[in-house]
Amino acid sequence: MMRNALIGAAALLFSTPALASSGEPVNPWVAAAYLVAGVLFILALRGLSSPESSRKGNRFGMVGMLIAVVTTLVTHSIASLPEIGVAILIGGGIGFVTARKIAMTDMPQLVAGFHSLVGMAAVLVGIAAYLNPGAFGILDATGEILTVSRVELGLGVAIGAITFSGSVIAFLKLNGNMSGAPIMLPLRHVINLGVLAGIIGLTAYFAIAPTVGTGPVFWTIVGLSFLIGFLLIIPIGGADMPVVVSMLNSYSGWAAAAMGFTLGNTAMIITGALVGSSGAILSYIMCKAMNRSFISVIAGGFGAESGPADGAAKIDRPWKRGSAEDAAYMMKQAENVIIIPGYGMAVAQAQHAVREMADLLKEEGVNVKYAIHPVAGRMPGHMNVLLAEANVPYDEVFELEDINSEFAQADVAFIIGANDVVNPAAKTDKGSPIYGMPVFDVEKAKTIFFVKRSMGGVGYAGVDNEVFYMDQTMMLLSDAKKMCEEIVKAL
Amino acid sequence: MDFISILSIFVMACFVGYYVVWSVTPALHTPLMAVTNAISSVIIVGALIAAAAGSQADGGQTAKWLGLVGVVLASVNIFGGFAVTERMLAMYKKKERK
Repeated sequence: MMRNALIGAAALLFSTPALASSGEPVNPWVAAAYLVAGVLFILALRGLSSPESSRKGNRFGMVGMLIAVVTTLVTHSIASLPEIGVAILIGGGIGFVTARKIAMTDMPQLVAGFHSLVGMAAVLVGIAAYLNPGAFGILDATGEILTVSRVELGLGVAIGAITFSGSVIAFLKLNGNMSGAPIMLPLRHVINLGVLAGIIGLTAYFAIAPTVGTGPVFWTIVGLSFLIGFLLIIPIGGADMPVVVSMLNSYSGWAAAAMGFTLGNTAMIITGALVGSSGAILSYIMCKAMNRSFISVIAGGFGAESGPADGAAKIDRPWKRGSAEDAAYMMKQAENVIIIPGYGMAVAQAQHAVREMADLLKEEGVNVKYAIHPVAGRMPGHMNVLLAEANVPYDEVFELEDINSEFAQADVAFIIGANDVVNPAAKTDKGSPIYGMPVFDVEKAKTIFFVKRSMGGVGYAGVDNEVFYMDQTMMLLSDAKKMCEEIVKAL
Repeated sequence: MDFISILSIFVMACFVGYYVVWSVTPALHTPLMAVTNAISSVIIVGALIAAAAGSQADGGQTAKWLGLVGVVLASVNIFGGFAVTERMLAMYKKKERK
């Protein structure tokens, strides 16, 4: 039915000069300007293929945004320019100051917070278009909102609202205002599917019903969408946040694209498609790096089932405790050292101390490399940014597949704040929840130093790690930052 | 523009996005998210239209204020997103060759 409505609407658009009814002239120069903006956005992403070209890319993005905004302002009769100026100043000021002050370790929650704003903006634009369709040029000859525009409006508002409430929850979890533990409602799958079906059904009804009297339907779509965003994210645990943040990134793009369809604006459509595919690809990469399906991540609850009950029995196995002096001595003698950072390094803000340690080792002639797992940290590329902040040259930092074969030649594997990504159970134990996840072959290194706060916690997946008990492993039980500083002193 | 033209642009842009994003180096995935965040705020175009329209129509006045709030939110994102990306990218340095 919805498909027929779409085809019908498309036919309608073909046959009538739809935009003419709103009095908006279709100026080829305006269309060209938006197209240029869209192309500049493509170049902005293209620049990120290497760190050298990335800053130029970012400038392209800024120019593109300027073109889009100026074009819009020039081509519409503005009844409220001062207010718009003030709005841009307020928003821009807040954004700029936040961007300047934010600590690099807080980047995941900043990005989640920004996503929520895009989502909310999409909802507001959608509501404004519904209230004042004439201004958006989406009325047909009889003064009704075009059917195809209603579908776009319904979808745009729904995706925007999901992005908003989902991102707010992700922000609260990442920022520590809310426990990172999954919150499991009884019957949550049934509730979620019901709400989702409701949104789709209501959007279809909204599209085909006459405009008069659809108010309640529209508002219900908005309300249900806010609700589902909230429900979808609360059962997802902290370490699955890379997937969630990427997914919400993708949604914010689709929301912009839906609004672009409504406005027939190429800049918005191109951007929406870019951002949508970007987020989707990042989610895919993250899921693959955990060997989990997207569905299982979204279904949530990972790490909640395996309680501490079975962990208690294993805690008595023998393990060796090392000291900062041991680590300093061993690493000074070593030829190759590979450092594996994880979320614990971010929490302890240890990146600067780690770099200092590595610098001293390099002075001793040690070959130091960093190995980063795709899901280390709380968002894609989180560890890379932190190391870059600490002035670690990016050509010393390696991805999983590029460095994994080098562990056999490594004298020391120095694990700091990582756990699941070095757990050999992912390769050997078919019953393990992380089985099949690509992990670092740290056990091949001659000596392993494992920086960890205590022997109690066993990573996000709640799986015991064989590496703790290996002959060549020394546990460095301390805060990550303190331990690195002590090693620096000992060097 | 008619629906099919718009749809064509959208589908093509999805393919462009797919190839461009796969070519992004994993080390820059965080800046990628920050910059996509900034550019998705191009939604400000819609907010500007709503804010600019004024109150000719019945819902115009409400729409205008919603549009203005939208402009504020999107501006936070545009300025914040580009600025934070710039800040991050400035940190990526190559090894100093001696």
